[in-house]
Amino acid sequence: MTALVETLELSKYFDIGRKQRVHAVDNISLTIAEKEIVGLVGESGSGKSTFGKTVIGLHAKTSGEVKFRGEILPQAYRPADFQRLASKMQMIFQDPYSSLNPRMTIGEIIAEGLRLHSTLKGTQVKSRVEEWLVRVGLHAGHMSRYPHEFSGGQRQRIGIARALILEPEFVVCDEPISALDVSVQAQVINLLSELKDTLGLTLLFIAHDLSMVRYVSDRMAVMYLGSLVEVGKADEVYFDPKHPYTEILIGSNPEPDPEQERSRPSTAIQGEIPSPVNVPAGCRFANRCPKVMDVCRVETPQLIPLQDAERQVACHLY
Amino acid sequence: MTTAATGLQHTPSLLEVEDLAVEFSTYGGIVRAVRGVSFAVERGKTMAIVGESGCGKSVTVQAMMGLTPMPPGRITSGSARLNGVEVLGRNIINGKDIRGSQIGMIFQDPMTSLNPTMTIGDQIAEPLQVHRGYSHKRAFAEAIELLSITKIPEAAKRARQYPFEFSGGMLQRAMIAMAIACKPSILIADEPTTALDVTIQAQILDLLQDLQKETGMAIILITHDLGVVARMADDVAVMYAGKVVEQGGVDDIFYRSAHPYTLGLKLAMPTNDPSKQHKLNPIEGSPPDLFAPPIGCGYCPRCPYSMKICDVKDPDILPVGKKHESRCWLQHPQAITVPDELYCGEKA
Repeated sequence: MTALVETLELSKYFDIGRKQRVHAVDNISLTIAEKEIVGLVGESGSGKSTFGKTVIGLHAKTSGEVKFRGEILPQAYRPADFQRLASKMQMIFQDPYSSLNPRMTIGEIIAEGLRLHSTLKGTQVKSRVEEWLVRVGLHAGHMSRYPHEFSGGQRQRIGIARALILEPEFVVCDEPISALDVSVQAQVINLLSELKDTLGLTLLFIAHDLSMVRYVSDRMAVMYLGSLVEVGKADEVYFDPKHPYTEILIGSNPEPDPEQERSRPSTAIQGEIPSPVNVPAGCRFANRCPKVMDVCRVETPQLIPLQDAERQVACHLY
Repeated sequence: MTTAATGLQHTPSLLEVEDLAVEFSTYGGIVRAVRGVSFAVERGKTMAIVGESGCGKSVTVQAMMGLTPMPPGRITSGSARLNGVEVLGRNIINGKDIRGSQIGMIFQDPMTSLNPTMTIGDQIAEPLQVHRGYSHKRAFAEAIELLSITKIPEAAKRARQYPFEFSGGMLQRAMIAMAIACKPSILIADEPTTALDVTIQAQILDLLQDLQKETGMAIILITHDLGVVARMADDVAVMYAGKVVEQGGVDDIFYRSAHPYTLGLKLAMPTNDPSKQHKLNPIEGSPPDLFAPPIGCGYCPRCPYSMKICDVKDPDILPVGKKHESRCWLQHPQAITVPDELYCGEKA
């Protein structure tokens, strides 16, 4: 397995005045192999989206680096960098309602990438757009329509066509299904995995729906307050979580099975994710952790591999 | 005959909704959002209404609460009786507004449902002042008490804060505190946890269950998450295209699904069974356009088992078991071939 995208101690802080900083992404090292789907899960405010955006250059990096095929990418992108990298890395956004320009037709939205980044002529662009509309399950005739004429699921398909028409190698999917209905979620997931197989895509799949992430991903990374707490094979992390936070996150996810839900004790934890402005010393999860020890409040646990190198956990229990 | 109708002759339920229909006039024509919905809610039980966006689940409860904007909305038929008293179309019963006193409601998005210019404590105190005639001082003291019941730490301090100082989970707790202030007999929760994280969702669901145990109120839970249904519900109504397509006890719905749509929803959900193959079964297509509702069964174009009759005639809701019914032609006694995965009662 060769690494396609690699982040090394990547951090992204936002200055919010009065010498205060939001530690949105703190020291994350993650390797994504070629043709792999890595699921990134965590609560809102844990920095998942910021991490995804920083990786593809929509945010300048505060420190650390991102490598793409071994090449170190610039700390902050200039227009020329976007021009060069847009055909290799793309992003599918969370909200299909606000991420499409309401004043552009679907044809214009999908063709924009091609017009900017390829040398194709007008008629060729048009036929490519038609081809992609069909590929994502829409009709070629939809080209002249506007976003408001489409349902959420259809818009998300438009977002997928827009991102994939340049045939990028790496795509960040930022909660692509969380705004959609259950029956439509499955349609979009199946479309993504089909396109992944035919195009050989590598995906960073950001979501908060754990059971869906397990279905989609090869590996799963769990994020809490800006840092990774656990990384491993999706099934192993889901069925045998090691970090107390992962355990709680998975336990909180209600299963569509009444008998199981009745027999299961409540796993709700007290408290909420703390502010990323004043990050607590030691382990960031210590104040909510049911297995907290004295050392947790003092020393920050590092992400260390367990017996098999596949699983990494940042917890003093291991 | 529907359950609501048969139930009436024996033990009246707390809330009985019968044949409710709501439509909206828009520039594009008339949207028939709810097309004849009947269900009953029992005392102290949780009734879940499940369905996709646009199926009419929110419109149904808004009509009951008198929250349907009229115009453009119009309740064209039906009745909703709370303890035998008709509530549709009138909010004042025995000189009292039922909204906020006998029926409490919490909404999906706590950030936009609260008034940003009033303190949390004042907002919770408001229903007590309006419905109970409490003085502001007494109502505010009660509001602090309610905030601690909904497990908000430092309630006295928090009551003087504004909504922007609260997190999403805390705001939802504050909204629950407001909804239960007058001890309603029914709490309507319209997608109460959709905007929240799973960990916070678990906290809110636990809180609702605890409150139900203490106060004995009934809950109508509107959701599209089958996991939440499994966790919370006693009874379930599955809605599609403005109609209830299947209803029954929670076990009936999950283990003895009698409508192809319920079956489809279940198959589209990821399960936690490690042996299952990594492939989801989506329901192809999308729900029908309610500007021109289909003459036949609304689910017919997406249904893998559709027959000739489904396209031309809408089925009645047919009994499948005790308090379990399904709106599907396959449940008709004369249906010839019935797929194995569809439950059709204990027939010989």
